Amino acid sequence: MELFANQVLAGIATGAIYACMALAVVMIYQAIDHLNFAQGEMAMFSTFVSWQLMQWGVPYWGAFVLTVAFSFAAGIVIERLLFKPLAKAPILTNVAGFIALYAIINSVAGLIWDFTIKQYPTPFGSSPFLGSQLISTHQAGMIGITLLMLVLLFFFFRFTRVGLAMRAAASLPESARLVGINTSWMIALGWGMASAIGSIAGMMIAPVVFLEPNMMLGVLIYGFAAAVLGGLTSPFGAVMGGFLVGIFENLVGTYIPGVGNELKLPIALALIIVVLVVKPAGLFGRAIVKRV
Amino acid sequence: MSAAEEVEVVTEGQAVEAVPKRAMTLGYGTSLVVLAALILIPLFVKNFIIFQMTMLLIYGLAVMALNILTGGSGQFSLGQSAFYAVGAYTSAILMEHAGMNYALTLPIAGIVCFGFGFLFGQPALRLSGVYLALATFALATAMPQLLKLGYFEHWTGGVQGLVVTKPDAPFGLPLSQDMWLYYFTLVVTIAIYIASVNLLRSRSGRAFMAIRDNEIAASAMGVDVALYKTLAFGVSAGITGVAGGLGAIAVQFVAPDGYTIQLAISLFLGMVVGGVGWLPGSIVGSAFIIFVPNIAEGISKGLSGAVFGVLLFLVIFLVPHGARQVAIVAQQLAAKLKKN
Repeated sequence: MELFANQVLAGIATGAIYACMALAVVMIYQAIDHLNFAQGEMAMFSTFVSWQLMQWGVPYWGAFVLTVAFSFAAGIVIERLLFKPLAKAPILTNVAGFIALYAIINSVAGLIWDFTIKQYPTPFGSSPFLGSQLISTHQAGMIGITLLMLVLLFFFFRFTRVGLAMRAAASLPESARLVGINTSWMIALGWGMASAIGSIAGMMIAPVVFLEPNMMLGVLIYGFAAAVLGGLTSPFGAVMGGFLVGIFENLVGTYIPGVGNELKLPIALALIIVVLVVKPAGLFGRAIVKRV
Repeated sequence: MSAAEEVEVVTEGQAVEAVPKRAMTLGYGTSLVVLAALILIPLFVKNFIIFQMTMLLIYGLAVMALNILTGGSGQFSLGQSAFYAVGAYTSAILMEHAGMNYALTLPIAGIVCFGFGFLFGQPALRLSGVYLALATFALATAMPQLLKLGYFEHWTGGVQGLVVTKPDAPFGLPLSQDMWLYYFTLVVTIAIYIASVNLLRSRSGRAFMAIRDNEIAASAMGVDVALYKTLAFGVSAGITGVAGGLGAIAVQFVAPDGYTIQLAISLFLGMVVGGVGWLPGSIVGSAFIIFVPNIAEGISKGLSGAVFGVLLFLVIFLVPHGARQVAIVAQQLAAKLKKN
């Protein structure tokens, strides 16, 4: 029983990584109805920016704030320049666009900062948290930040005019336009926010997985799995999905023999497919009803 | 010129634009010219270029398989590398462990992949658009890890992979190994191309396109949507499997890291560049994915990925319908010149 409890705790710690990423994935899905395959790379690039700022002597939290602001602006710029013209194009064209963006960001980051693995600092320290060996203070801090972001997002969407306008633009674009909401800019705002959340996720994840241009691929797949499990329409679901996926991954690794790190990605694959087939709306998402 | 007009009728939210059936293939005259070029060029070039042309045909086949799935039935796949890998491994294992003739392994690879694709199509049935892209994306990322598994190491060679022997020309023909393999690939490619064209013109092909254009209307007209969607997945996977088998023979080597998500993305891009739903464009798309990375590396070594991405954006913005659009414009120009 103690083993079980420990594994669940360790699962929550890894789950925090996926929860961060899933939150960014859900944000962009809410705004544009697409899964951004370049999301992980955007987060990676932001993390490198913050690393570079720290190399130049900016203190951690200064770099943190500057990076989030930079990512927010960069997200909006990318949307305005590259994806606004594609808004009416078929889904296929958009997917191709995401892939092109992925290739560009990955390659540029590799050129600027090369492919060697870098240490990334944590503001929370890495001593054991509350005397537990399984969860470090950094992981506890990461869980805290994730939950904080979730609460802030909840208040933003629930109680501010802009949040309400964004929800309106996402659910009924025509009607939203009729009451004077600039839906096009709401989408840009969604990109900016997703990019900013992604950058926070990147900065939280980097101390665990280390900083390098390909650090996000596995995390992104698990972030997708978490978002799908929690429901692509629910930020709360995405965070819960992240923790559940982390716990699930750890328990499977502990109790099913022969399943180790080498099966990490196939587990995510199986999870995504099972959820999409059994409960496509996810645990906390709204079921999508299509008008025929 | 109906093709150019049809293109405008893209409704919002549709996964794939509708391509009229006639616009999916080339006319007889053009086909013969292309065929003559494909037969004659290898006689005058070096072995390495022959090898590259072989790969051009093989990737062309794989891109075409995806084109049947996406352009034909309107379903996505970012997971074609998984089917390609299964085909490659089937051929390699049969040749090296069972000592089977290379030509015989190809139909088996095709059948195995057809089965795999058909089965994967079952859960995929309930997904559409972005979700399907996601599920297949996950399949492609998971495949290399599955191939590395300890359980199958005796057969697959684990991380090391398998070495495949290159076949000699039969009946004592005076051809080099590369040249023989090229012509062999060419014959297989042409056979599959003709079969695919006929498939799309048949009842099944019309069913695919009806599903692509309007699923509900298709089912109201009596098309068994579930059957034809999985069938499209199966056919596409089967052809990709044959391409994978050919690829294994041509490269003489299979290893898990040769079939990563990178390959799936390349094939997908090949389809976009060649023009979705235009089968002859597959060869153009294949040329794009084989040669453009080299060109990009020539422009800037460290930035090859970025150059590739920028070129892709240019294609999306300037010629969103890929090579098909270029072909249509060329055709219109030719018609104008004739009139004058």
